[in-house]
Amino acid sequence: MTITEFLIESIGTYTATVAFGILVNIPRKALNTGGLIGLLGYLIYRFTVLGGGGYVVGNLLGAMAIGVASLQFARMKRMPMILFNIPALVPLVPGGQAYQMIKNFALGQNTVAFTYLIQVIMIAGSIAFGFLLSELVNRVQQRFWQQRR
Amino acid sequence: MNREEHDQLILHTALTAGRIMLENGSEIERVEDTMIRIAKNAGVEGSQVFVTITGILMALNGELGAQIEPIKKRIFDLEKVSVVNDLSRQFAVKKISLQQFANRLDHLDSETKYFPFWLQLFAAALVSGPLEVVFRHNLPDFWITCVIGMLGWWVYYVLNKFIQIRFLSEFAASATIGILALVGVHYGLGNSVDDIIIGGVMPLVPGVPLTNSVRDVLAGNLVSGPARGIEALVSAAAIGFGIAMVLQFL
Repeated sequence: MTITEFLIESIGTYTATVAFGILVNIPRKALNTGGLIGLLGYLIYRFTVLGGGGYVVGNLLGAMAIGVASLQFARMKRMPMILFNIPALVPLVPGGQAYQMIKNFALGQNTVAFTYLIQVIMIAGSIAFGFLLSELVNRVQQRFWQQRR
Repeated sequence: MNREEHDQLILHTALTAGRIMLENGSEIERVEDTMIRIAKNAGVEGSQVFVTITGILMALNGELGAQIEPIKKRIFDLEKVSVVNDLSRQFAVKKISLQQFANRLDHLDSETKYFPFWLQLFAAALVSGPLEVVFRHNLPDFWITCVIGMLGWWVYYVLNKFIQIRFLSEFAASATIGILALVGVHYGLGNSVDDIIIGGVMPLVPGVPLTNSVRDVLAGNLVSGPARGIEALVSAAAIGFGIAMVLQFL
């Protein structure tokens, strides 16, 4: 990945996340933060994949970062957490694989389609599991704060 | 105000707050939390709530019976979730009274503060184009994807106004995107049908039900979580069918 590609991908991810926030009518104050969290999640995913970690681990770490970062900003800005993690999740959606699956099913190439179906299921599962892990981090942090008081 | 009237006002406020949050795409745990908080800040300890995605049940520890609030529609307007959250916080620090809180909630339904339509179209374009580049690294098709994604969102928005069945609007929108992509490539405006469609359908992704479904299941709401998962799945299937139908003509 060259520097230009990296810049284009980063700007694209940020723009798309903010724009999706507008489509689900997120308060103006939360748009920029949502975009930054989306960018963070996507970059973690991208670098994990580039470093040879595979797309499952990449999505898991990306989703986990989104979950943890959303809660931090939700606490800081006193806003509901879903305002940040719904748009931030959009760049991780397996759009390409889902499309290839549909296309191959439509064209009758079921073997290829099933390969993509399994990829879609794996990605969706790893995103869900990433959220679970982020919840774990958040609960541990809450417990820690309560004990310090 | 006697005790019974006060309890009635608490129930009304909490139920309305819960209904508005659920209708506009909040997760279940937040609704439960907000409703119990409202009752607690109004001076009632130990209230009970039962929240599902299609209805809310709430009882206070008083003379008054439990009351029901059905949830009949589901749209995505996270601004309202945020406003109810703010009002609840203001009520907690005694900035507004219970009566003011109830009045504000009753007015919240009628005042929709959506982004203007042209900005939504622009946003749909900016979801489609950049994600096409990010996913497929196909820079030459950026502009055509923006335009087609925007037209797809326009179809979705207009149909949603008239027929009000979201799955049908999604189906029609994705079919439109597919047809436009085929036509665009045929006339040399774009290079790859696949890339244009992948980018174009991104604004239609059911992000709210997807995220909430995962969060609800994790929080232990085993009725509402899977129900929302079905909602997301039907949306995805509707988009998929729209595309598949067009691709038969390849």
